[in-house]
Amino acid sequence: MLFVAQLVNALQLGSIYALIALGYSMVYGIIKLLNFAHGDVIMVGGYIAIFSLAAGMHPAVAIILVIVGCTALAIIMEKLAYTPLRNAPRISVLITAIGISILLQNLAQLFFGARPRPLHIPFPTGSISIGEITLAYPMLITIGSAILSMLMLNYIVHRTKLGKAMRAVSEDTDAARLMGINVNSVITFTFALGAALAGIGAVLYFVRLPVVAPTAGAMLGLKAFIAAVFGGIGSIPGAMLGGFAIGILEVIVNASGFSRWTDGAVFLVLIIILLVRPAGLVGKPTIEKV
Amino acid sequence: MERFGIKTPVRYGINAFLLVAFILAGYLITQGGALGRAQNIMITQVGVFIILAVSLNLPAGYLGQLPLGHAGFMAVGAYAGAIFWRSGLLAGYGSVVVGLLIAGVVAAIFGVIIGVPALRLRGDYLAIITLGFGEIIRVIIMNLPSITGGAQGLQQIPRHSSFLVVYICVIVCCLVIHMLMKSRHGRAILSIRENEIATESCGINTTYYKVMSFAVSAFFAGIAGALFAGNQGILEPNNFSFMMSIDILMIVVLGGLGSMMGSIIGAIVLTSLPMLMQELMQGINQYRLIVYALLLIVVMIFKPSGLMGTYDFSMSHVLEKAGGLVLRGKKKGGDA
Amino acid sequence: MSSHHDPRTALLPERDIHKIPVMECRALGIDFGGLTAVDDFNITVAPTEIAGLIGPNGAGKTTIFNLLTKVYKPSRGAMFLNGKNTKHMTTIKANKAGIARTFQNIRLFKEMTVMQNVLVGLHNEMNYNLVDAIFRAPKYWRAERIAKERAHELLSIFNMQDDGERKAGSLPYGSQRRLEIVRALATNPCILLLDEPAAGMNPSETSDLMENIKEIRDIFKIAILLIEHDMNLVMGICEGIAVINYGRVIAKGTPEDIQNDPVVIEAYLGKERENAEGHRH
Repeated sequence: MLFVAQLVNALQLGSIYALIALGYSMVYGIIKLLNFAHGDVIMVGGYIAIFSLAAGMHPAVAIILVIVGCTALAIIMEKLAYTPLRNAPRISVLITAIGISILLQNLAQLFFGARPRPLHIPFPTGSISIGEITLAYPMLITIGSAILSMLMLNYIVHRTKLGKAMRAVSEDTDAARLMGINVNSVITFTFALGAALAGIGAVLYFVRLPVVAPTAGAMLGLKAFIAAVFGGIGSIPGAMLGGFAIGILEVIVNASGFSRWTDGAVFLVLIIILLVRPAGLVGKPTIEKV
Repeated sequence: MERFGIKTPVRYGINAFLLVAFILAGYLITQGGALGRAQNIMITQVGVFIILAVSLNLPAGYLGQLPLGHAGFMAVGAYAGAIFWRSGLLAGYGSVVVGLLIAGVVAAIFGVIIGVPALRLRGDYLAIITLGFGEIIRVIIMNLPSITGGAQGLQQIPRHSSFLVVYICVIVCCLVIHMLMKSRHGRAILSIRENEIATESCGINTTYYKVMSFAVSAFFAGIAGALFAGNQGILEPNNFSFMMSIDILMIVVLGGLGSMMGSIIGAIVLTSLPMLMQELMQGINQYRLIVYALLLIVVMIFKPSGLMGTYDFSMSHVLEKAGGLVLRGKKKGGDA
Repeated sequence: MSSHHDPRTALLPERDIHKIPVMECRALGIDFGGLTAVDDFNITVAPTEIAGLIGPNGAGKTTIFNLLTKVYKPSRGAMFLNGKNTKHMTTIKANKAGIARTFQNIRLFKEMTVMQNVLVGLHNEMNYNLVDAIFRAPKYWRAERIAKERAHELLSIFNMQDDGERKAGSLPYGSQRRLEIVRALATNPCILLLDEPAAGMNPSETSDLMENIKEIRDIFKIAILLIEHDMNLVMGICEGIAVINYGRVIAKGTPEDIQNDPVVIEAYLGKERENAEGHRH
């Protein structure tokens, strides 16, 4: 019975990773940028939650504020730093992304201090029991809302005009531009969409681990990125699959008493997957045009 | 074309003379007690960071790949060197040299192990894998207390990093990478940065050159690590966090990706400035990383080539220019 | 549709029947995710032959070059260089086995000098190792001196010997194309593939280029296979021509044969007769 409890635990963690991994994957799919600062958006979301709750806002308003805040931050980031570098070498864009990540972390440290702050998002407590298994509401809500968000994303990408434009830009930017698609706004929309999902992920993450620190997003982001690579970067189902896979892996390593090696194990998996199947679980190998 | 040319052997002679003069002057100043202890430590630290920056510039600037785990290689070398020195197997300068070599070789082996999977792939995976490597190394060091001292760290490391030792290493590192880059091997590395497919169609084994430059870079990072250990006397796993890698990257980017002179000047400025500023103003350090981050972004957007571009300083070029001016002054329009 | 050719049919069988062809393709083909880009590609290029590959845009000509230089792995068929099967070769090995190329979208080392570009091509002609380089052994000096002289000679084919210290990216477009040819020649190939060498050149530059191509063949005694849209150039210097459409060879022969081939005219000008037996449209 412990097994089922651990499985649900893994699915909870995995769905958080999956939500964040989607942001990496979509942005990478569309402009081949590894958005290093994506994880730090989550950290900012945590501080937004702390301050809006402290200001006495209704939890639902605070949650919406977190999602809106994360989205706005991503749009600002994209407009100020990434748009000017649209035609720059990849290494320049990557260095900029690292710069933004360090900037966000250190600004947070300057304003809010390095010490972790508690964050209690009021969430339905309690649990349901099926036989001997007890499932806490937060776990179920997390998994449920993650799946709901992914279904919505799937609808946006496959059923709406903007989604079609996104897919076109990621397939061939120049051709999409020739078809009259406003590539820049599609890219901004992709960033926003990824950040909104990260905002939801932030809420769910801090429900699970109720402390916020300036570096809270860094490792989380990195693992989510690994999840995206694991599933096949650029692929939406891949990001979901990878997220759950990394969540399960972490829970297994922790449950076997090697919790100090968890981060190492995740990176080891990354190296192995890149050696064995560089395109990820569901990704297609890319062919460079010559 | 009228040009005042200096013959190659003469050029080498001039450079060798300048280097020896520099080492001697530095040795006399540091040994003569003209500087305080803090200044001596700072000068040594600058040397360590010159090696780190020049060695990172090889993959980041010349090869065009972005490793984010330079601190990891540095850590490997630091612990390898420190453990050897603490064992007291050899004495005197023999011990110093062997310890440095061990540090370099162990780091280079790690460089190959990490480089082979990471460099087979195009794109940004190298950044992530090396970042991961840097973190894993720290986890391993923390969890092997019997060898590395764990979170407590290693203490009482012999302080071998005198001015002479550090700056001879600086010169060896710069010379090796310079000679490498000004050869067919260096041209191959540059051409990979410029266009990988075209390089392959010239019959050049790109994987070999990527792994090789990665290994050479790790080798010198390892040596720098050992010198760091020999300067501090104490090692802690947290010396080698991701922020250390970023500090080194910062130097290389500001100096100019692909410019050795830029890396050297960058290392001097960015290592000594915070230390000097600290004495002037307390608490300046908390703004340091914010300034660094802003500089990274601004430099990438407005001057991606860094402050020095790819310009490489050469004493003989300066002499040639000066000589050319003198020549032109003496006989206007004379034939070559 | 022209009849299927016997796989062993040479471009000009009556001329090179007694020699080993420098390059031979047998039923080469490649699919990209279910889409057949090139199929049943057979050609034979004789030593010192200048051959042309023509066809409408998107016919698969550059894909063929990528197959020949092993940038892509063929899905079917085989290719031989000097009688040697290239099945297990990489791009690097293929170059060492004697195939060199230029690119349709120029791929120079833009930030490096003209001289350095050619020296990269001469990489495998130099034999000093890392240690020789670091210690500046006599081997290094000798190899570098010889290589620089050779680069100078190669550049002088196109009268570019004085541009050695210029950045490759700063050269005018036509010179960039010529530098790519020099760099490819530097690798000492036995067959040179030129992907639209005259693209973007004016008529006088193009006619100079035609002379240069013939000169290169005569001096280096190598075969040249070129993709080109400029019909004056193709008809003027190619001894054998293969026409590609929809990834297949639809005609092969001498320039005269090709100019009068109704299948070729149809492929280029579109269907004229309503009930013509057609291709997929």
